[in-house]
Amino acid sequence: MKALLVLEDGFTLEGRSFTGDFETGGEVIFTTGMGGYQGILTDPAYSGQMVCMTYPLIGNYGITEEDMESSSIHCAALLVRECCKLPSNWRSIMSLPDMMQKYGKPGVEGLDTRALTRHLRDNGAMRGIISTREQDAEALREKALALPPMQGSALAGRVLAREPYTWVGGKPGTVILGDDGAFAWRGAGLPLLVYDYGIAWSMLHMLCAAGFEPLVVPPHFSLAQARATGARGVFLSAGPGDPAALGDAVSLVRELLTVFPIAGQGLGYQLLALALGARTEKLAFGHHGCNHPVKDLESGRIVISTQNHGFHVILDGAQDIEATHVNLNDQTLEGLRHKSLPVLGLQCHPGDLDGPHAEDHLFHRFRKLCEQAVDA
Amino acid sequence: MPKRTDLHKILVIGAGPIIIGQGCEFDYSGSQAVKALKQEGYEVVLVNSNPATIMTDPQMADATYVEPIEHDTLAAIIRKERPDALLPTLGGQTALNAALALAKSGVLAECGVEIIGARAEVIEKAESRELFREAMENIGLKMPASGIARTMDEVRQLGNVLPFPLIIRPAFTLGGTGGGVAYNMDDLEQIASRGLAASPTSEVMIEQSVLGWKEIEMEVMRDQKDNCIIICSIENLDPMGVHTGDSITVAPAQTLTDAEAKLVRDASIAIMREVGVETGGSNVQFALNPENGELVVIEMNPRVSRSSALASKATGFPIAKIAAKLAVGYTLDELRNDITRETVASFEPAIDYVVLKIPRFTFEKFPGAEDELTTSMKSVGEAMSIGRTFREALQKGLRSMEIGAPGLGYNFRAELPSREAVMESLHRPNSRRIFSLRQALLMGISEEEIFAASAIDPWFIRQIRDIVDMEARIRDFGLANDMTATNADLAVLLREAKEYGFSDRQLAEMWKRPESDIRRLRKEMKIEPTYYLVDTCAGEFRAYTPYFYSTYESSDEMEVRDCRKVLILGGGPNRIGQGIEFDYCCCHASFALRDEGIMAIMVNSNPETVSTDYDTSDRLYFEPLTFEDVMNIVEKEKPEGVIVQFGGQTPLNLAVPLMRAGVPILGTSPDAIDRAEDRERFQALIQKLNLLQPPNGTALDLEGALEVAQRISYPVVVRPSYVLGGRAMAVVYDADELTEYFHEHVPEKPEHPILIDKFLEHAVEVDVDAISDGTDVYLAGIMEHIEEAGIHSGDSACVLPSFSLSYDHVALIAEQAESLARELKVVGLMNIQFAIKGNDIYILEVNPRASRTAPFVSKATGVPLPYLATQVMLGKTLEELDPWSMRKGGFTCVKEAVMPFQRFPGVDILLGPEMHSTGEVMGMGATFGEAFLKSQLGAGQVLPQGGKLFLSVNDRDKPFLPEVAAAFAQLGFHLMATRGTAKLLREHGLEVEDVRKVYEGRPNIVDLLINHEVDLVINTAGGKNTAKDSKAIRRTALTYKVPYCTTIAAARATARAIASRRDETHVESLQEYYAREARG
Repeated sequence: MKALLVLEDGFTLEGRSFTGDFETGGEVIFTTGMGGYQGILTDPAYSGQMVCMTYPLIGNYGITEEDMESSSIHCAALLVRECCKLPSNWRSIMSLPDMMQKYGKPGVEGLDTRALTRHLRDNGAMRGIISTREQDAEALREKALALPPMQGSALAGRVLAREPYTWVGGKPGTVILGDDGAFAWRGAGLPLLVYDYGIAWSMLHMLCAAGFEPLVVPPHFSLAQARATGARGVFLSAGPGDPAALGDAVSLVRELLTVFPIAGQGLGYQLLALALGARTEKLAFGHHGCNHPVKDLESGRIVISTQNHGFHVILDGAQDIEATHVNLNDQTLEGLRHKSLPVLGLQCHPGDLDGPHAEDHLFHRFRKLCEQAVDA
Repeated sequence: MPKRTDLHKILVIGAGPIIIGQGCEFDYSGSQAVKALKQEGYEVVLVNSNPATIMTDPQMADATYVEPIEHDTLAAIIRKERPDALLPTLGGQTALNAALALAKSGVLAECGVEIIGARAEVIEKAESRELFREAMENIGLKMPASGIARTMDEVRQLGNVLPFPLIIRPAFTLGGTGGGVAYNMDDLEQIASRGLAASPTSEVMIEQSVLGWKEIEMEVMRDQKDNCIIICSIENLDPMGVHTGDSITVAPAQTLTDAEAKLVRDASIAIMREVGVETGGSNVQFALNPENGELVVIEMNPRVSRSSALASKATGFPIAKIAAKLAVGYTLDELRNDITRETVASFEPAIDYVVLKIPRFTFEKFPGAEDELTTSMKSVGEAMSIGRTFREALQKGLRSMEIGAPGLGYNFRAELPSREAVMESLHRPNSRRIFSLRQALLMGISEEEIFAASAIDPWFIRQIRDIVDMEARIRDFGLANDMTATNADLAVLLREAKEYGFSDRQLAEMWKRPESDIRRLRKEMKIEPTYYLVDTCAGEFRAYTPYFYSTYESSDEMEVRDCRKVLILGGGPNRIGQGIEFDYCCCHASFALRDEGIMAIMVNSNPETVSTDYDTSDRLYFEPLTFEDVMNIVEKEKPEGVIVQFGGQTPLNLAVPLMRAGVPILGTSPDAIDRAEDRERFQALIQKLNLLQPPNGTALDLEGALEVAQRISYPVVVRPSYVLGGRAMAVVYDADELTEYFHEHVPEKPEHPILIDKFLEHAVEVDVDAISDGTDVYLAGIMEHIEEAGIHSGDSACVLPSFSLSYDHVALIAEQAESLARELKVVGLMNIQFAIKGNDIYILEVNPRASRTAPFVSKATGVPLPYLATQVMLGKTLEELDPWSMRKGGFTCVKEAVMPFQRFPGVDILLGPEMHSTGEVMGMGATFGEAFLKSQLGAGQVLPQGGKLFLSVNDRDKPFLPEVAAAFAQLGFHLMATRGTAKLLREHGLEVEDVRKVYEGRPNIVDLLINHEVDLVINTAGGKNTAKDSKAIRRTALTYKVPYCTTIAAARATARAIASRRDETHVESLQEYYAREARG
């Protein structure tokens, strides 16, 4: 079935639907990762975005049980050059098109994804509509222009946790808080509150492996509630949308800062920065991919990082924080810490926990901070 | 950290001659490294015995030693040059082994030379199977169960405990020489004995087979701060069991899940760290069990490899250049990515296309060699192709191979082979297996059955099924539809067919129309290729390096510039007869154009070459060299001319079609080329100029041939017309042999006549390279062959200046060459082959184009022939350029060919009219003897200073034997011969020991060879039958590395070489040789 992609500036491409009939819209971005499509589909941080994969052959190894980042698909649509219908891998439990169909998400193939990528690179990420129903480009462009822009979009509300939950044995578990708000920690690790703005499961796996016992809570979980749980640290998760649109969350983080050691990643890092007086700005076409060189200013080492963010933090005016990581491609900030408080933030994906320089890992560093905070 | 300032002078070791397993990729990597080091202000000393390399051009390094890459020579160079450091990681296994030998012998310590890139311990750890296995265990990685054997007893012991099939890998050999797969104890004994002999340390590893597992390669780089990046993952379409050099490979890996890719990635980096490669690039190979994801490590190369060259070309990331800079102290974040300019080198390339590498084989040149692919590499070249889908890349790659296939499907009307034959071909890997896949699918053999037989991942099988299905749709469409530009359905189908990579020729064949019709239709319907960039970043950043591939997409990144421009057509995949020499010429054409301010546009499909380096030309098109693909570029770029005379036969074949399509060909006209190539027109040319040609004739059948042979008298040279590199060419001595030749090589009704020439026995062959501007002729080199006429010029050693030609002969040759150049109005390079017999000078061949010897002559005379020829093609005159004044002299150069016989068990190693060599070396010296000695050493033949010499020659050579034997006796050799020969030599007053022939009982000559009781063998054979008798002797000499000569001429030269050996190894750089007095 023919599908038409039209961007807000009128750029038009034709493709074919591999998920039947649909019409949907969102911010169109591209990612340069050559695999990892399953993670992208299921990572809540991609919520509201139509993701163009620059690698042309997508779906070759199908969908596996282990690689889910949440229980469903969050991106608005997947845009590819060619989608593989018959995957080949012993782990595969279904094909990519079947997965898309299962969650009712649109997939389009046959698109000249390089032409789209170059357009976005030169003109910035923008809104777009993809439709199998409407073939009039001008009409679709009107619809694209009518979509809310990413700047100012509080998208976390779509994907965040509504209720607290635990993470045990690689699965979410229900939580009963005491009347006083106290929580019976299992003693599986350092008690950690995870504020969920759209967290990916792999992050929870890693927090556990790093020696934390996470209790996942919704973004409105108050300081009083937080204290009552008896947690010894707070982690602010990644998530979708414009951090500047989450004023309430920023205020809450400001409160949390007075009590807890805090680490933030992705959107959580941006909220942390805002709470500390920095500002955020939209990047032209964002960082999406897994080959971005980030320099760890402390060790001098370079980490090849996985990235997915459309906004970045600018430190000017924030006296108390200093840069810890910088992106070598465009010199944008990728990590920060507070000069006196036990506070760390990282924009990019923190990487493998058991990597060769484990001591540099955000979660190991953060654990140390939490432990020191208690000792002090 | 910035570059090291404690180093000033760096020695770079090249890879030596092109051999199977070590192709011209090491000229590419070495040239990049030398350039990078010079850029950083280091003084570079280079050693490489291969004159056809860009890296040995005198302006590249500060001191260039065209000397043998072996311990004593290198030691002499080090003692003379006193470098601070040695960089051995860019010259393949040869350089790595040489560096290790220098470290072990203490020369490096003695002279205070530091190995940079990879320390000696690192090299050992990666190369020694035992140390490597230990290292892998340290980091928790598995390797297949295995053991090391040093004797046949140990081999048998392992055979008893390890599960068959077993893989045998000799230690320290390149491209897996002497390795193989054993299915039973017999196989094991046979292969392991060969492996033990091939291994310089007499060590073989015998390991559990992981046949059928996925084979994955990773290209990794690391800097001294422990920053590691993965440049590229490569997946082999042919699973484990086929050497990766012989496999069709795909980048990036296609069938790994994200988690598997991560596993392999992490393992690669861990291995690099554990082995201890501090800086530079490495290649790690893995096997992955498709049934459960189990990962085992196969091997790692702590150096730039063939796969690194491929990964560089596939991603645009210049691995060798960056490796050289890391070796002198830089870190990855201190280096820029040339392509994007803005970003740093410490990133991992992202690609948005599919890259395929397809190996090129030449089994047909080695009668007796089985077309079977194993863990010992046999391919002689490769092509790379880029497409937006696997299908497009596969079809582009296959039509780049120049094996007559315009894509996956061709010869559409040909009958399919039997089901059994197809299944057998799927099961037993061979050079045609990819085509068998298509045939199997056409026959309706199921995907499951194909997978069971071949273990090729179903993903690849389905891709090929898609092509086969599309083929059927195209064919059916042609039967039912109107082929006009107004047919909208046709436009849709045609576009889809092009997206599937189908060539115009395939469509033409299927629709039974001329190819030009398809092209016209396409153009009328505006179905034309677009050009996309290879930019290392999948479009994320703007790229500044114009490196393009064609595809059929919605937009185009190629911006046509309005300026003077010239297109250079490269040579495509290397094969025997067309190798690095032609790429060398193409590069020089590009240099000359750029120096003239003309945009140089290169088209080539060979990833091993310097010509496909993105900074060799102003623009690079990585494309197949077919009429369709070249025309597409020409129509876009509209160059003022196309250079076809440098890339060998491949572009030459396109000259006439391009000219007919109105494309301006620079230099010598295609008509002149045709006059030299077409037999009848050539004959007329020779007659017109009153020159001499060996008597000849043509025949379409045996009777005709016998008649011609009778008329011109035996011996005669027979060959089919329209073949290259002397394919199926033979010398026959009588009617029986001629009849046998016909039975073996000539089909019942040959398409083209068989050519029969009088064979000039014991004639001296002379090769002449010249440049002409149409008026003047510069005779660049008159090379005298060591071997007599009848041995393919590519396989013959030759010397410059000549050593035995009379002044009159030289003058006559010069005169004839000039008259030929003028008559053909040659503008550019020309090569002529002469044979001198008595007082007669015969013309054997005229090639108005670059020859295989052009780089050798350039190096041997200091005159850059291809560069000057390009200037001449652009309109300069020889008078202006004055090559005569550039000529250097006062020394002698010998070119020696290097043979791949070691790779083809069972093949006779005799030289003949069919070319077999894969590469060449140059020896330089004050005298012929010294130069010849060095050429032999460079080619891997270590001539003994004395000892036992075994002689056995055919009857035709007998009259010349006593003189040769006497020369050796005088050098102190103890002579040994079989009875007849011994008797003859005794009659001439020589002392000879009798030795038994193979069938005369034991111990015989073969036993003596195996027991290392012979130091040198002189063994010639003439006609077919005698050849078979003495083959065992030659094969044994080869296997046990006993130096040998297979012609009397070579024996004579060998005696002179041994006589000229000095006590101390004398080394002299090209620059020093050139500073000697000019010859004038």
